Amino acid sequence: MAESLQPGPASLKVPPTRGRLARAWDSDVLWRFRHSPAALVSTVVALVIVVAAVLAPWLAPQNPFDPAQLDLSDGFSRPMEANEITGRVFVLGTDPQGRDMLSAVLYGGRVSLLVGFASVVFSMVVGVALGLTAGYVGGRTEALIMRIADIQLSFPAILVALLVFGIFRGIVSPAQQEQATLFVLILAIGLSNWAQYARTVRATAMVEKSKVYVDAARLIGLRPLVVMTKHVLPNVTGPVFVIATINLALAIIEEATLSFLGVGMPPTQPSLGTLIRIGQQFLFSGEWWILLSPALALIVLALAINLLGDWLRDVLDPRLR
Amino acid sequence: MLAYVLRSVLQGAVVLIVVAFIAFAMFRFVGDPIANMVGQEASMADREELTRQLGLDQPFPVQFLEFLAAAVRGEFGISYRQGRPVSALIAERLPATVELAVLSAVFATCVGVGLGVYAAIRRRGLMAQAVMMLSLVGVSLPTFLIGIGLIYVFAVELRWLPSFGRGDTVAIGWWTTGLLTKSGLQSLVLPVLTLGFFQLTLIMRLVRAEMLDVLRSDFVRFARARGIPERVIEFRHALRNTMIPVVTIAGLQLGSVVAFAIVTETVFQWPGLGALFVNAVQFADVPVMSAYLVFVAFVFVVVNLVTDLVYVVLDPRLRAAGR
Repeated sequence: MAESLQPGPASLKVPPTRGRLARAWDSDVLWRFRHSPAALVSTVVALVIVVAAVLAPWLAPQNPFDPAQLDLSDGFSRPMEANEITGRVFVLGTDPQGRDMLSAVLYGGRVSLLVGFASVVFSMVVGVALGLTAGYVGGRTEALIMRIADIQLSFPAILVALLVFGIFRGIVSPAQQEQATLFVLILAIGLSNWAQYARTVRATAMVEKSKVYVDAARLIGLRPLVVMTKHVLPNVTGPVFVIATINLALAIIEEATLSFLGVGMPPTQPSLGTLIRIGQQFLFSGEWWILLSPALALIVLALAINLLGDWLRDVLDPRLR
Repeated sequence: MLAYVLRSVLQGAVVLIVVAFIAFAMFRFVGDPIANMVGQEASMADREELTRQLGLDQPFPVQFLEFLAAAVRGEFGISYRQGRPVSALIAERLPATVELAVLSAVFATCVGVGLGVYAAIRRRGLMAQAVMMLSLVGVSLPTFLIGIGLIYVFAVELRWLPSFGRGDTVAIGWWTTGLLTKSGLQSLVLPVLTLGFFQLTLIMRLVRAEMLDVLRSDFVRFARARGIPERVIEFRHALRNTMIPVVTIAGLQLGSVVAFAIVTETVFQWPGLGALFVNAVQFADVPVMSAYLVFVAFVFVVVNLVTDLVYVVLDPRLRAAGR
């Protein structure tokens, strides 16, 4: 600022246009991000977990679901201690089959994150589409959609997900169930969380609808669908991102809960919840580490995403508090 | 006032009918009810006979009305898996769930209100800050991990309390209670703590926030100016005005109590309705699933209605506005 005000030949030059990245770096949101320790720490933690989970096949010491790589005599190794028979050391210990818990948690986190992300995207698409329609079209359509959302919201998400899962068990033959479980979980968790998006988007869309730019778009003869998606939609994304972040933590916990209840991922393809369910069986005989590592991974992951969501809410949309 | 009550009742009825319709559609279209009831070797004639008996040859609306009529009488057919009437299964498991839910609600309310008031009065105290931090962590923890943690500490390591089941129960008519035996009471401790924990943190944060609000209000300042002792102001003036929103929110939280009860019952192998439902989901036992759904919806609607009414009774302004 001070430099450009100085007289001299330098100020006659047109200042070079700054790149998109530089402008983004100076933006309000990123400035507050750089100055919030909680946001920084939780982002780093969440990123480390996500990267570790995505790269699990390359990072993990073994593929925990390839029977050829498992050695039964490695079973029940305590964390950081040499196994009594084989003498090998496992950082997080092993389960009864000699499966390295670190590898199991990495692969399990992969499944948990996949279900979490996919179900959030699914419920976001459904919720935003319905909310946008309700807010923009209004009338009977709006009343119907919002009533359904009301009823849906008065039932806990886990109950809805359980029902969807039970219906799936009744329709699909047992032989096909194992492969389809992942998709059904995504569907079940996604369907149990769409209403919140619909409500928020509807409220924002109703406000946006009355603004002049929407009238202008309509006046030049754009079809309602185009006005909705190209003009109104970009202006409702802020709150949607906040809900999506907080819902990601909820979805991961919901998946873990379903798997823990025995109606989620099967033991052949475990998520963190399935690993906790398995680990619980060994708690009574004193093998606490089989439970501890997946439980800690779940808690840290959920907490990091939650903190990040809280921070994002404070920055982007104080009204949601 | 009357219009307000009537509107609440009507809304509840609509929700119930919609849920009943979903339950009926599930029963009718998920799997084949006939195939699930007769064995593999049943003849066509047997099947047709059963179809007629169950009324499945009737038009769809008639079937739905019959389903509604049966549901009002509490009949939901026969469990595919256990071969017993669903109503009997529910009646058998109801006491376990009710005792667990009521006790945890009492626990959460007493401790939650107490801690909330404390955290509000000693806002800057070290203890109050610690309690608030703990509640933040508590909200982020999944229920089943809290349950497992309690089992590990109190059942596995310390061996003070049992980790599963209801212990010995005493039958009073059709109701079985675990409140009258030592092992029954011991078995209740950990599940009640687990189920009550989430509600506790919620009630506590709510009471604290409301209490801080009320303590800043004019009538509290006037009461102080009149020289009324601080204790009396805190408990007679402030706390009483805090309770109105707390009652409402606590009532509306019932949904999450039901959800957490499902999880808690599974962790502690508690023989209640939630565990019955999880089993039904695992084996696609549709009659039990639809009965549970209708039952839960019914409880929701009744509790919402009662909360609405309590609100009217507690808050005189609502009575005047409705007139």
